[in-house]
Amino acid sequence: MNITLSITTTIYKFLSEYMSEGAANIGTMVTIAFIYLAIFAVAGLYLVLLERKVAAWFQLRIGPNRVGWWGLLQTMADALKLVSKELTGTVKADKFLYNLAPYFVIVSSLMALAVFPFTKEFQAFDINIGIFFLIAISSIGVIGILLGGWASNNKFALIGAMRSGVQTISYELSVGLSLLTMVLITGTLQLSEIIEVQKNGWLIVQGHIPAVIAFMIYMIAGTAETNRAPFDMVEAESELGAGFHTEYSGMKFAYFFLAEFINMFIIAAIATTIFFGGWLSPFGITDAIPWLGAFWFLGKTLLLVFLMMWFRWTFPRLRVDQLLTLEWKYLLPLNLLNIILMALIVWLNLTIQF
Amino acid sequence: MDTTIKNSNLKSEEYFINMGPQHPATHGVLRLLLTIDGEIIKKVEPDLGYIHRSIEKMCERDSYQQIVHLTDRMDYLSSHINNEAVCLTVEKALELEVPERVKVIRTIIGELTRIASHTLWWGVMGMDVGALTTYFYGFRDREMINDIFEETCGARLTMNYNIPGGLMFDIHPNFVKRVKDFIAHFKTKLPEYDTLLSGNVIFQKRTKGVGILTKEDAISFGASGPVGRGSGYSCDVRKHHPYSALDKVKFKEILKTEGDTFARYQVRVEEMWESLSIIEQLIDNIPEGDYKVATNAVIKLPKGEFYQKVETARGELGVYVVSTGTKNPYRVKFRSPGFSNISLLNHITVGGKIGDLVATMATLDIVVPDIDR
Amino acid sequence: MKDLMKDYKTEVMKNEALQNIISSWIPELEFTEEGSEFLTISVKPENLHQLMNQLKSNKETNFDYLFCLTGMDWGKELGVVYHLESTTHRHIIVVKVKTTDRDNPEFDTVCDIWKTAEFHEREVFDFFGIKFNNHPNLKRLFLTEDWDGYPLRKDYVDEINMVIK
Repeated sequence: MNITLSITTTIYKFLSEYMSEGAANIGTMVTIAFIYLAIFAVAGLYLVLLERKVAAWFQLRIGPNRVGWWGLLQTMADALKLVSKELTGTVKADKFLYNLAPYFVIVSSLMALAVFPFTKEFQAFDINIGIFFLIAISSIGVIGILLGGWASNNKFALIGAMRSGVQTISYELSVGLSLLTMVLITGTLQLSEIIEVQKNGWLIVQGHIPAVIAFMIYMIAGTAETNRAPFDMVEAESELGAGFHTEYSGMKFAYFFLAEFINMFIIAAIATTIFFGGWLSPFGITDAIPWLGAFWFLGKTLLLVFLMMWFRWTFPRLRVDQLLTLEWKYLLPLNLLNIILMALIVWLNLTIQF
Repeated sequence: MDTTIKNSNLKSEEYFINMGPQHPATHGVLRLLLTIDGEIIKKVEPDLGYIHRSIEKMCERDSYQQIVHLTDRMDYLSSHINNEAVCLTVEKALELEVPERVKVIRTIIGELTRIASHTLWWGVMGMDVGALTTYFYGFRDREMINDIFEETCGARLTMNYNIPGGLMFDIHPNFVKRVKDFIAHFKTKLPEYDTLLSGNVIFQKRTKGVGILTKEDAISFGASGPVGRGSGYSCDVRKHHPYSALDKVKFKEILKTEGDTFARYQVRVEEMWESLSIIEQLIDNIPEGDYKVATNAVIKLPKGEFYQKVETARGELGVYVVSTGTKNPYRVKFRSPGFSNISLLNHITVGGKIGDLVATMATLDIVVPDIDR
Repeated sequence: MKDLMKDYKTEVMKNEALQNIISSWIPELEFTEEGSEFLTISVKPENLHQLMNQLKSNKETNFDYLFCLTGMDWGKELGVVYHLESTTHRHIIVVKVKTTDRDNPEFDTVCDIWKTAEFHEREVFDFFGIKFNNHPNLKRLFLTEDWDGYPLRKDYVDEINMVIK
């Protein structure tokens, strides 16, 4: 058997030797799902660890350093603890919605991972409306948050959930529009083709001025979408205790927590794919070794993740009305103008191509 | 706007929320009953007493030496200054002149306490507006002061260093050197406070024009300390009724006229510079001499009423002692700064958002045991 | 060194001068300086509000800062001690008001004159059971609503919680 990085076809071929076509299809899907689930459950945990290390670095601390070498098993231990914890809840909660909410959040963030091309071959689901799919999926998460806040029967949770609804709906616009700006250059929504386009130069270089503006708007809006500081109105621990997940404990809380980190990874991964050439190496220096693409992809993504962590550990939180002012009065008009600028640049052929 | 609400069947109403007694923003066991319309605050009613220990009643059965140690537990962040207040009252009543050395050391430690309290406040202020990193920067510098206290007084927080008539023991031989080290260290670190938080656009947006307290209201509500001075009300007891060695040092009373949250923030940060300058002026000139004057083992105050004001990190602390000439006071009243400051919370937060309430409360710098006593 | 404090040294009015001004308003006030560093006025409950109002509003006295409000139990009498300061003239005065009615002590509130009195009077009500007429929100502040008795009164007994030496 010839193992390549294009995992879907490999697994499909392997399975189709033993079973019928339909069964092989389903078998492929299930296998891929499990592989992704396993990878990202662990990756999410290590993102948490990374955050804690980065936070410690910013805050003159050492950070976790007891469990495992350099604290590497700390979040594993935390996850184990959370799994073994009792699941408490409020008596008057809407039980069904209350239990459903964490799954909405975690499932939607895991689903988005499917479309990313980690290298040329390693992509589970190369859909031709890739970006559209990503935007659509990432908006589902907020339903989970709203459900959780509403069903907990807690006023703090409700305020958090309402803030989340307001915030996500607003910033969704900016995320969508800034990505749309870049689609004007690529002319396609399919992620693998977007990367193909970037072989002539990463889009942030190709689109120069409007691309940089779009990137900045995207990072601001993306941080707001993940509900992270300085936009963590939803949790706002000094105002609302823990916000929408006040009443959650154990693994249900962990789902919310993990989803936040996976979402952060997704936002950074989208930015990598759209603006920084995805798995492409700078100037094609490692083109000869295809699997190094994963290294470049993860490297760029983690750099952006670090940027978001940097935001979080430096900035104070905005107030809820300032948050909306920023979006509706500044980012959105700027974004619309930026689209026109980008259209002009594409029309007049002013993009920089190597 | 109004017509749409009237015509629709949807009804909007105010609701009620309990902030505290366990809540990250109330810094202890303070309970606020909030009436909220959406995010907008309609009414704030503090519910106090969760940590009331009736210190005033306990004082009535204790001797004067014992009372000093109770006051540590009121405003634990300015414990030394609280002790000093009681000692000064007793000394005033006994007409006891303490040595210059005692006065200078009391002032130095008092100002160190003020810096320690303000650094902690600064860290917590940042945390309340969502900048978590400030907390660790504040504590880094506070730690050095606490080490100095530990060496000289034997404790880090509730020091019990003052006794009526002087100090419990002389300063540690390292004291002067370590204080100088701290001054050198803090002078490089204090500008970091401004670069990290004060200059931040988000922080300024969050605090400017929020929780405005006019000068008239500040006086009427009995605001004191940085809360009063942020409104342009000159209320520094160190200037108006100087005690210990404070009449011999040069320092500015920081006054800001804006009266908003940012003004109160600035007053505290700049006060740290002034406190540093006070310590610098005194640390090289600690006079030689005794560290206490002998008092009777049982202190009996003459019949009468005695009042002493001091400036703690939070504002004006008054000690009112009524004595009938026995070894116990007849009545002791502590006029605590936090109690007066919390009474104006409703006045300055109504109409703001929940986030404003938290930011405003942070600049009132509440220590709950100080309010409850 | 004297010049350091020059902005903060205002000409403080002599107690005699203060006494002359204030005694002209209400005839039956008692003045004393005995046993205290401040001029102390004793006032009858019915004159309290009028006196306080004038102390605040009169330009020469202008006591705009109520810095301490203390409930007192003198054994037979219950009362309140007000410490007042003027932020413009920097003089300090003490006003005392007493009543022998221990079952139902009542005074007029001063929280319309100084807003800080609202909380301080609630504290006094809480611990001494002194009622303040016209107070906007007179209820227990520190203790629970159903607390029995007034703990800071001298005749308060609580055999479980109080340690008496």
